[in-house]
Amino acid sequence: MAEPPDTDRGSVNLRLPSKGMSIADVQAWFVREVLPLEPILMQYLQHNWRNKSELGDLRQEVYVRVCEAAQKEVPEKTKAFVLTTARNLLINRTKRERVVPIESAADVDALGIVMDEPGADRVVIAREELRRLTLALDRLPPRCKEAVVLGRIEGLSRRQIAQRMGIAEDTVRQHLIHGMRLLTDLLHGDSPDVGSFS
Amino acid sequence: MSGSHLDMRSAEIEAEAAAWLEQKSFSSWSQADQVRFDAWLSQSWPHRVAYWRMESAWARTERLTALKAPAPRRVENSFVRQRQLFRVVAAAVLVATAGYLSFSYFAATPMTRYSTGVGEHKVLQLSDGSHIELNTRTSLRVSKGAGARKVWLDSGEAYFDVKHDAAHPFTVFAGNRRITDLGTKFAVRKNVGEIEVSLTEGKARVDAVASDSAEGFAVLVPGDVALATPAGVRVVHKPIQELHNELGWRRGMLVFVHATLADVAEEFNRYNATQLVIADPVAAKQKIGATFPAHGINDFAALAQTVLGLRVQRRANEIVITR
Repeated sequence: MAEPPDTDRGSVNLRLPSKGMSIADVQAWFVREVLPLEPILMQYLQHNWRNKSELGDLRQEVYVRVCEAAQKEVPEKTKAFVLTTARNLLINRTKRERVVPIESAADVDALGIVMDEPGADRVVIAREELRRLTLALDRLPPRCKEAVVLGRIEGLSRRQIAQRMGIAEDTVRQHLIHGMRLLTDLLHGDSPDVGSFS
Repeated sequence: MSGSHLDMRSAEIEAEAAAWLEQKSFSSWSQADQVRFDAWLSQSWPHRVAYWRMESAWARTERLTALKAPAPRRVENSFVRQRQLFRVVAAAVLVATAGYLSFSYFAATPMTRYSTGVGEHKVLQLSDGSHIELNTRTSLRVSKGAGARKVWLDSGEAYFDVKHDAAHPFTVFAGNRRITDLGTKFAVRKNVGEIEVSLTEGKARVDAVASDSAEGFAVLVPGDVALATPAGVRVVHKPIQELHNELGWRRGMLVFVHATLADVAEEFNRYNATQLVIADPVAAKQKIGATFPAHGINDFAALAQTVLGLRVQRRANEIVITR
């Protein structure tokens, strides 16, 4: 983890400015800095890639690339770095597949996104967050929502949910897995038309 | 990245990530499961990012539990009583410090004050099994007596490890905020005009002392940091590791991850009589990752000089750093 075992002896461990990170640090950075950019990233990918069924794969590829890079060296400006990575990915893919040309050259600047604006959207008023969660929950299919409500809000286990709903445990499992995936896209994707459900 | 990398690969991985998270959250989770899960996670970056992404979204839904049971009215009432009592006691404290003594309320709600000076760290063991750790320059009062589990944080920062007891909620008052544990480990820091609550384990509720406002209420889950200002409560979610780093003071350590020298100086200055001054705007923005003893102001100065190549001047009560 981030703390070396010798810290308690009071020794000093210094990592130089803007060098690489441990996996735990990468995770922290990814959750804190990169995930809040998902609506912007998805907007960018949608505008510049015709095949919508590939958006999820592209998103994953961008995330993998930025995390691998961050492990070696932390990028200074996360937003610029994420979008540039996305652009490069699209360009390479276009070249390789010699198919669908990227519209308007996948120009990051063309989106008019201010590159180094601080992520003010990261901070959410608690109440607003609750409202957003409730809206996301309401968009789940009825049985799926029921399972998630029983599990997450009522705190029941998978078995208890199965008893309550009168269905097989494995069906509950499917509902919960489905619910988790939908909520993940809804909550990170933010804007309603973003996020590809499969 | 080759062709096979596409065709629904991410969807498959997401399904796997969801299956792990579902198992972990809703069914039994053995040591063997953990081992298999760790192996899966470290197998590839796509596994990691898919799981991290899902886990962080799912962590946010914990807040939905706020919908389950709104705080029972009874708590609200006893709370109002408590508030009046608090006012009276505050008055009593004033009277006492003015040199007069004894107020009958002290007998009704005995309280003990604990405080620390600059750079001090104190641990209080409470009779209910909970414990409180006071950070540098902190002052708080603890109610005594059966069932009364109340703490008033008057200044500074403290960490609370609470033994949960539904019948006797553990409540921390800071400024005009109240933090009620629902089985918890958390830290509370009182800054000027702002209360910061960081939760590392369990669940807690932050709300306004003024019982009329449903406005600034938040249920915190692990990783949440609530910032309460007069305007309301904002909640930021941070990785747990980051919170543990911020709680490094519990072991007498300050842990910095990509912190600017300005932040580092500010943090050191909480713990030391000698103050650090970064007198150069460019140097102040330079970032480091490092762990220091809270009193290791000289270690820091030495590193600034030798490793970062900065100029260090020592004066009577301060160390000035320039380029």
